[in-house]
Amino acid sequence: MEIPRHWRLKQQRYGLIGEVCPHCDTKIFPPRDICPSCGQEAKTSFAFSGRGEVFSFTTIYEAPTGFDETAPYTVALVKLEEGPLVTAQLTDLGETGPEIGMPVEMVTRRLRSDGDERGMLIYGYKFRPVMKAAE
Amino acid sequence: MTDIVIAGIGQTPVGEHWETSLRSLALQAIQAAIQDSGGLKPQALFVGNMLAANLSRQAHLGALLADYAGLTGIEAETVEAGGASGGAALRQGYLAIASGLVDVALVAGVEKFTDVIGPDQEAALATLTDADYEAVHGLTLTAQAALLTRRYMYENHVPAEGLAGFPLTAHANGAGNKNAMYRKTIALDAYQKAEPVSEPLNIFDVAPNADGAAALVLTRRELLPKGFPHPVVRLAASTIASDTLSLAERSDILWFNAAQESVEQVFQKAGISREQVDLFEYYDAFSIFAPLSLEAAGFAKLGKGWKMAGDGSIALTGQLPCATLGGLKARGNPGGATGVYQAVEAAMQVRGQAGANQIAGARYALIQCLGGSASIAVTHLLESMA
Repeated sequence: MEIPRHWRLKQQRYGLIGEVCPHCDTKIFPPRDICPSCGQEAKTSFAFSGRGEVFSFTTIYEAPTGFDETAPYTVALVKLEEGPLVTAQLTDLGETGPEIGMPVEMVTRRLRSDGDERGMLIYGYKFRPVMKAAE
Repeated sequence: MTDIVIAGIGQTPVGEHWETSLRSLALQAIQAAIQDSGGLKPQALFVGNMLAANLSRQAHLGALLADYAGLTGIEAETVEAGGASGGAALRQGYLAIASGLVDVALVAGVEKFTDVIGPDQEAALATLTDADYEAVHGLTLTAQAALLTRRYMYENHVPAEGLAGFPLTAHANGAGNKNAMYRKTIALDAYQKAEPVSEPLNIFDVAPNADGAAALVLTRRELLPKGFPHPVVRLAASTIASDTLSLAERSDILWFNAAQESVEQVFQKAGISREQVDLFEYYDAFSIFAPLSLEAAGFAKLGKGWKMAGDGSIALTGQLPCATLGGLKARGNPGGATGVYQAVEAAMQVRGQAGANQIAGARYALIQCLGGSASIAVTHLLESMA
């Protein structure tokens, strides 16, 4: 069980909370306190919209422990509309496979089981194709 | 500065050594390297290893291996830098000799992969990614390489078999290396028919993780024993550079910045130009790493590295022979030992001991190993003093 390490990331996992640099306005995810663009301190919280597009993707068949029950699954680099890339699974893909450039949005889903008999479930962000508004 | 030389080299065959333990594998390589050096007495041991604590439930390899090799009492520690652990251990050995505080250093890379198989091995390898932001999403090192490959092929309009020449060259060269895991050439149609691993990667795009150990004895040139039997090999430069651990946090995922930094520093320190390099042992853990490394090192233009796969330039007879004894793909990828294997093989080349795979007149050999997708890059230049 690794409860504290998942608990302390709850803002990132459930809310996609990163940072914005007060000096150069770079949007940062995950939070890292030092701006990767200008090198200055950047501790201002910033909530990402959760919208972006698929930058690259692949399917995993031989999965690590904790993920082997859900294999095969699709992992992507998603380019958030505010700039950063984020690593996440794609879900709700339906019949059509993913494509580079496909618009996606964040959803909260189960990421994995903790591999422990007590079976802690870890939730966090995944991305799904953007739902079309009803006509 | 005084010349730092590779006095002794040793290696075990790479493969699935079910009958041999981690310590026994390491001992074989260590004994071979010490014997090859003419019996030099190491004062310090730097172990390159990346996953023993996880795969073998064994940390503290410095003490274990120094003692097991009959060297109880000497300085000994483990160096870990992911897949670059072997190169990083060599770097520590180099620094120790360069500092003047150590006269003879032993560098031993060892990895025992096969004690664990399946999902637990994948989970161990995934610890080399960012645990909080990559591994928790089920990302593996192989999937990371697949993400790179798809984006690279998309941006550079690479055809489906555009990277095939990298594994094909590696396998052709592995056929001439008795320590290689795979010693058979493969044909293009075998590559085309191979089963997918993580699309667009197939099984031939992924180097096999395997067991192996390799070792080096380093010293200063003036300390070589009388009647030293080999052409002298100098470590002309040693560099290491870092990049973000997670792939997503790079400004350009297709640019291996750490690889570029460490290679540039090597050329500066050694005072040679890229055109003088006679062979390049790149880190082809995945096919995509070959073009990205060739581009980062300046051997190919941005986005054009893949063309070297098919135009003959990386073959043994080409402009820039690569993976000359099989590379990671055919020799095998024994984790933290891989960087040390590269140094052993490069030393064989510049000594003129590479047999059927000998690069004629090889004087400068460039070797580079990477941790993750070039989160760490360690680059060394070996030079024949003959």
